[in-house]
Amino acid sequence: MDLLSWVGRQAMDLFTTLGAFALFAYRACVGIFAGRWSREDLLEQLERVGASSVLVVSITSAFTGMVMAVQTLDQFVRFGATSYVGGVIALSMVREMSPVLTGLVVSGRVGAAMAAEIGSMKVTEQIDALRTFGLDPNVFLGVPRLLAGVIMLPVLTLFSFVIGIGGGFLYVTARGINPHLFRRSVEALLNPSDIYGGLIKAAVFGLLITISACGQGFMAGRGARGVGSATTKAVVWGNMLILVFNYILSIVLFGGIKG
Amino acid sequence: MMNPLMEMQHVSAGFGGKIVIHEVNMTLLSGEVTCLMGPSGCGKTTTLRLVAGLLKPQEGEIRLLGKTIRMETEEDELIDIRRELGVVFQGGALFDSMSVGQNIAFPLRYCRNLADEEKISSMVLEMLDHVELGDVREKFPAELSGGMRKRVAIARSLVHSPALLLLDEPTTGLDPITARHIDQLVLDLCSKFGFSVLVVTHDLVSALGIGDHLLLMEEGRVSWKGTSKEWSFSEHPGVRRFAEGMISVREMGGVER
Repeated sequence: MDLLSWVGRQAMDLFTTLGAFALFAYRACVGIFAGRWSREDLLEQLERVGASSVLVVSITSAFTGMVMAVQTLDQFVRFGATSYVGGVIALSMVREMSPVLTGLVVSGRVGAAMAAEIGSMKVTEQIDALRTFGLDPNVFLGVPRLLAGVIMLPVLTLFSFVIGIGGGFLYVTARGINPHLFRRSVEALLNPSDIYGGLIKAAVFGLLITISACGQGFMAGRGARGVGSATTKAVVWGNMLILVFNYILSIVLFGGIKG
Repeated sequence: MMNPLMEMQHVSAGFGGKIVIHEVNMTLLSGEVTCLMGPSGCGKTTTLRLVAGLLKPQEGEIRLLGKTIRMETEEDELIDIRRELGVVFQGGALFDSMSVGQNIAFPLRYCRNLADEEKISSMVLEMLDHVELGDVREKFPAELSGGMRKRVAIARSLVHSPALLLLDEPTTGLDPITARHIDQLVLDLCSKFGFSVLVVTHDLVSALGIGDHLLLMEEGRVSWKGTSKEWSFSEHPGVRRFAEGMISVREMGGVER
């Protein structure tokens, strides 16, 4: 009976959270055109999501590219497929690794900060203060963050492609592989549609991260504990949504449905 | 007889499936200061949130500024009402990511839709002068003392000339001298600008000092109404309990030495 009630509670929490996310996303999306939000805040959020994340995305991507080169090079050399190493690293980075890693990094770094900020504003009645000035907090606070996520994630992901492939290139050439062979391999295997697909994934992840962060911030309970809990949940939900949607988008953009 | 600015009739309300205030009737008159007192958890702040349009009544109605707030009132209508009010929350609720100047300018930009930066700047300075603060426009809320934050919050709530000012525990957390300064400031501003004030407080000294009308709330109901003078002579058990601090003492299980 206890197990059953626990499962019931978890299911209720799940649907309550998803419902709150959907409601926030709907209000914010409608509010982009019809609501009141600050353009200055959008610029600030673009800086917070984008410029402030460049270093950590660069380090993550460079080392991921190098690790992929470490893992693939010896195997490909063994099978005489050295000419494919560059292409495989580039494809993996562009289609999967860059969008997902950038998403996870931004979720941990920026999503947590957004949830904590909005949660603190709720606890200190700043959200209510916004409402007394006739503003919808979902729009006023949500729209700049949502747009910043959707705009900056693809930019960071594009940056991650270049750094990641660059990292792989450095390792492979340091191991004596001809740089021209690496470049030709990338050119042969990588299509523009792979890059577009990766960028679409990134934009969706940006949307999911900000929905999760803002949604949890607005749902924050009372006190420091409530804000802490909202912050943790924002990151957990953001990461889960990224991984689930990555699977769905991989099938839709690169998998069976596309043929 | 002055015009009622706000009338609350048979209002019951709450949240999370729990009714917090029951059948409350209350009238605020133009240009007067009304103090709603009561022990912690009696429903004072819920009542203030109802008047502020942040919460809708589950039963009854509130007539405010020519509009009626009921359970079925649309959010758009509430937004229009909120823009005509000034609310000072318990902790001030200043936007901590904005400077004092930006905080005070906020209602001018978003309630009054002003875009003339020069005009906004002069109105902010004027408002800071009214609340007896110097030019602290560039400071951030975290850099201010509790009393200064309350003054900035009052300035922000008044800059767009609201018809009704709502104050939630304005003297809580302040030392007695600063608290009396805030009381005096509210009275001075009220006589200067002519707005009405609803103060929610459990500071009896403050309420007796500034209130034209006092209301006592106990367990979600208004149990007593009257003037400061009537309060002093009232034999109402709730009034006496509150005045002598009996409610809080009993709630805490008594204090013994």
